[in-house]
Amino acid sequence: MMPANHQGAVGSRPAAAGPESRWWTPLLALIVLCICFSLAAPGFATVENLWTIADRSAIPLILAVGTTFIILQGSIDLSIEGVMAAGSLTFALCVLNSRTGLDFGIFGVMLATFVGAGLGLLSGIVITFLRVPSFMVTLGVWSASTGIAMLLSGDQPPLIKDPMLRALGLERSLGVPNLFPVALTVVLLGFVLQCFTRFGRYSMVIGGGEDVARLLGLPVDRYKVLAFAFAGLLSGLGGALESARIGLGHVDVGAGQMFATITAVVIGGTSLGGGRGGVVQSAVGALTLAVLSDGMVFVGVSPYAQKAVQGTLILFAALIATWPLRGRLRIVK
Amino acid sequence: MNEPVLRIEGLSKSFAGVRALDDVSFDVRAREVIGLIGENGAGKSTLLKVLAGVLRADRGRIVVHGLPVSLANVAAATASGISMVFQEQALVPNVTVAENILLGHEGPAARAGFYDWRKLYARAATQLDKLGARISPSALTATLSFGERQLVEIARAVAMEEYTRHEPIILFDEPTSMLDAKGVDTVLGLIERLRRRASVVFVSHRLDEVLRVSDRICVMVDGGFVATRERDKCTIVDLERLMLGRELDSENEHRAPVSKPSAKVVLSVRALARRNSYQDISFELHAGEVLGIAELAGSGGESLCRTLFGAERADTGEIVVEGQQVRLREPADAVRLGIGYVPAERRLEGIIGGLGVRENMTLVHLDELLQGPFIDLAREREVVKSWIKRLHIKTPTADTQAHDLSGGNQQKVVLAKWLIGEKLKILILDHPLRGLDVSVKATMFALIRELARAGLGILLVADTVEEVIALGHSVIVMKDGIVSGRFSASAAKPSRLQVLERMV
Repeated sequence: MMPANHQGAVGSRPAAAGPESRWWTPLLALIVLCICFSLAAPGFATVENLWTIADRSAIPLILAVGTTFIILQGSIDLSIEGVMAAGSLTFALCVLNSRTGLDFGIFGVMLATFVGAGLGLLSGIVITFLRVPSFMVTLGVWSASTGIAMLLSGDQPPLIKDPMLRALGLERSLGVPNLFPVALTVVLLGFVLQCFTRFGRYSMVIGGGEDVARLLGLPVDRYKVLAFAFAGLLSGLGGALESARIGLGHVDVGAGQMFATITAVVIGGTSLGGGRGGVVQSAVGALTLAVLSDGMVFVGVSPYAQKAVQGTLILFAALIATWPLRGRLRIVK
Repeated sequence: MNEPVLRIEGLSKSFAGVRALDDVSFDVRAREVIGLIGENGAGKSTLLKVLAGVLRADRGRIVVHGLPVSLANVAAATASGISMVFQEQALVPNVTVAENILLGHEGPAARAGFYDWRKLYARAATQLDKLGARISPSALTATLSFGERQLVEIARAVAMEEYTRHEPIILFDEPTSMLDAKGVDTVLGLIERLRRRASVVFVSHRLDEVLRVSDRICVMVDGGFVATRERDKCTIVDLERLMLGRELDSENEHRAPVSKPSAKVVLSVRALARRNSYQDISFELHAGEVLGIAELAGSGGESLCRTLFGAERADTGEIVVEGQQVRLREPADAVRLGIGYVPAERRLEGIIGGLGVRENMTLVHLDELLQGPFIDLAREREVVKSWIKRLHIKTPTADTQAHDLSGGNQQKVVLAKWLIGEKLKILILDHPLRGLDVSVKATMFALIRELARAGLGILLVADTVEEVIALGHSVIVMKDGIVSGRFSASAAKPSRLQVLERMV
């Protein structure tokens, strides 16, 4: 006789085909939102504004790609802002700047991604090998990496003096903001990873049935660590790019990004429970947020009310995204 | 005639002091189909899980293809060529059929970590073709029917022959219990087909199925093998006698005098239906009556219980409690109406392990212990103490954590939780005796009878037909979600065979 609690150990979840067949709702919402803003404000639907939105969404897109894999696996990453800060300072101190004599140029970006990947690796290892929940571990890593950034920053945040890197963050080529193609490349890379690699497909498997994956002897922990390292790498990259844009390495480069990223991923249709959603969906979510904050300015929502309006709309979006998943005894946490 | 491909010697396994497997030895020959039968709790599932690497045996030797092996995990069992088709289905719902079939063995279809979907689909299709299954490898697993998902699992087991040099040994844990007649035929046909390329061990409750496909039939009782028979040399009756030998003797002692139910109907159900669970269920439950539901696992009884407690929604039909038609949106509605529910998954749903006996007991009816906004702790303690005494719950203190109690005592705590409620009229018992040992069962029997005598209406879904017959004033037999037989309280008690006939 098996103890009762063993019996459910390999159970498959009840089939819920609904959400998969409704992947297009977030995209539809984005299109409707764009149409509404265009009708309400004539200045919204212009090429110029399109590029403004593209520029604004570049870094959130990059961050959303990394976080997507973690959420697909059923974990969470709250360390984005701290890792961005560490990436930002690493970058700023390694390129031509006001504080150190280093001048690694574009390699500074790579160094920032290494630092980010290292911090993500740390999160992943603690989560899998020491079995601490990702929520708690990444909160800790957030704090610790903010601390590293503060130490590096000291009293004087380093000013970035490399003109090429400033141009990367600020200027346009052929009318397109430079950061946007970078973000698109990352999204494309994420899409390929998700659909055509074992890492991406196993992330789906882990999110959909980690118990089954473990039962069949898949190296679940390895793929979890990889996901955190990859997300850390992209957070580091995001921190460096934001620094290139504002022209200094600063502890606060990531302020507000964790909220924005997780929101983007969820309203794009990636379930926080894992196993459902994807990179393209998250990209749609990130674009939706960018359109929203941009459009509100056009429609003339008072700057004081913007946060409240945005919050309300996000609540609605989350409601729509999670509606098909409701079940009577489903526990929502 | 030929060499055994799998030999086990002296396998033993205990759970928390309870013997689940007791010195089991047997062997499986190449391309042989073994039917494994026995009552619930006889150790069949445990044996399969040990062979599949899900559980580790405490003692014993397993020899596969002449080599002693240690099946530390499922991967190790797979490497030895043993694969299991799980009763609960070990599939990942949100990926494709092909990925599930080849999970962990993508091989050349995933070179350097990159998937070649065409190759992956083609390889999965090869496996599905072996079974004659018409399922698209690119379909999302969650969109398949139960039977199709089972085929996918079997395909995964069959695929193994490509990674090991030997023909696979495939274990089926009750593959037919959730299927209708057509589905059963398909699975049995499949086992016939597998015989050409694999050895099969399969567990079933339905003896006619076992006789249809098995070469040899092994009978388990209380964790041990009591007999092995060639198919041609036994009948259903022989097997039943072997399986139930002891139970039949003790049947009479369960038939202690029972009280008479009153004429008052406390619960009546009319044409209740829930898609994929049960259809057209109607019955009346009287005060003081025990209504037993006899069924094979997955025939809808469990789901019916959950519906009557408000935990699952019925699609159509009426539920009438004491003459009032009611809508049960959630369990709280049922509790308000005086319905109590003892779930089958005691550890998961019945008790809150980390809380003490006291808190577990008063959880639901705290409002009856309130003094203004505060809990009257003195009265709570008194109430808890009296119930510990009344139900003879063996616990060191009233504050001992519930998961430290034995199964039987946990079950009594769950019962007490409902009995404390002054309004309780209906008690739904979903496999209340599951996993309890014989002596505890006897006291639970007495307790259930006493509760009926006190005027509760009790709906009972039990593990064995004997329990249902012994306890039930009236009996309903459910098969594949519908009522296939009724034995009313006024008539004579049905015999085991009469009930079994309707079940299979």
